[in-house]
Amino acid sequence: MNALKFLFAAYIATWVIHAFYLGTLVRRFGRLHRQLQELGKEK
Amino acid sequence: MKRLFPILAVLTAIFLAYALHLALGKATPTDAQQGDVYRIIYYHVPSAWTAFLLFSINFVASITYLIRRKPKADMVALVSAEVGVVFCTIVLVTGPIWARPVWGIWWAPGDIRLTSTLVLWLIYLSYLVLRRFSTSAQTQMLAAALAVFGALDVPLVYFSIWFFRTQHPQPVIGGGGSMDPRMLHVLLINWLAFLCFAFLVCWSRYRLELLHREVEEAHAMKSLQSRAPAKTSLPLNRSPQ
Repeated sequence: MNALKFLFAAYIATWVIHAFYLGTLVRRFGRLHRQLQELGKEK
Repeated sequence: MKRLFPILAVLTAIFLAYALHLALGKATPTDAQQGDVYRIIYYHVPSAWTAFLLFSINFVASITYLIRRKPKADMVALVSAEVGVVFCTIVLVTGPIWARPVWGIWWAPGDIRLTSTLVLWLIYLSYLVLRRFSTSAQTQMLAAALAVFGALDVPLVYFSIWFFRTQHPQPVIGGGGSMDPRMLHVLLINWLAFLCFAFLVCWSRYRLELLHREVEEAHAMKSLQSRAPAKTSLPLNRSPQ
């Protein structure tokens, strides 16, 4: 049972890291779109 | 292309869920020595293989950029390094979590496999830091050169367990290690699912880089336009001295 704790910790850590990275991508997309809008180039 | 992305994203999510079901399901045998904790292999090893593949793509793209100076090659190099670092981070996090119940320690100091993986991660992290903060016109060239030297660590990481005594087990494929065919099947399914996911993440990151360069171009155009009136304010009919 104790070993299962490590198994789930590893799987959860994997998806937390991926989610964090995807979050940074979404935030960067949003910032660049806003900058483009400000520059009057948004298509 | 914009319609294709969400379809592929949904298919990849389904594939990842299926791979997870196989990895944790009772249909996949449990390891006689380690018990269920061995199932960390289904995330640890595919993450490592995906990171190696992305760093190899970074190597080829960097060489291409050094030879041909193509901006697309530079973008591919940047994208593959960044996503590769994410997968390498997962390897470095899941490895110690697996090591603790099996070896009794989180980390084996001085172990060649572990140390070379950490060095690999640090090299590509420095690559990203250089790309992010350097303002030199030579940044892309310097980063490409760093990537070429960094890639030398990839075969060292992979083959280190063949040539050196290490705490890390032998590779599951081609290294003398034995694995139940059902486990190997699930491992390969998980790797394929991770590859699909990595492809979509790289695609998104590539689009982000395109957008980033578009914004930079727009900023440059704007600053050029704002400077233009200052130049034309000089008397145009002035004769040369």
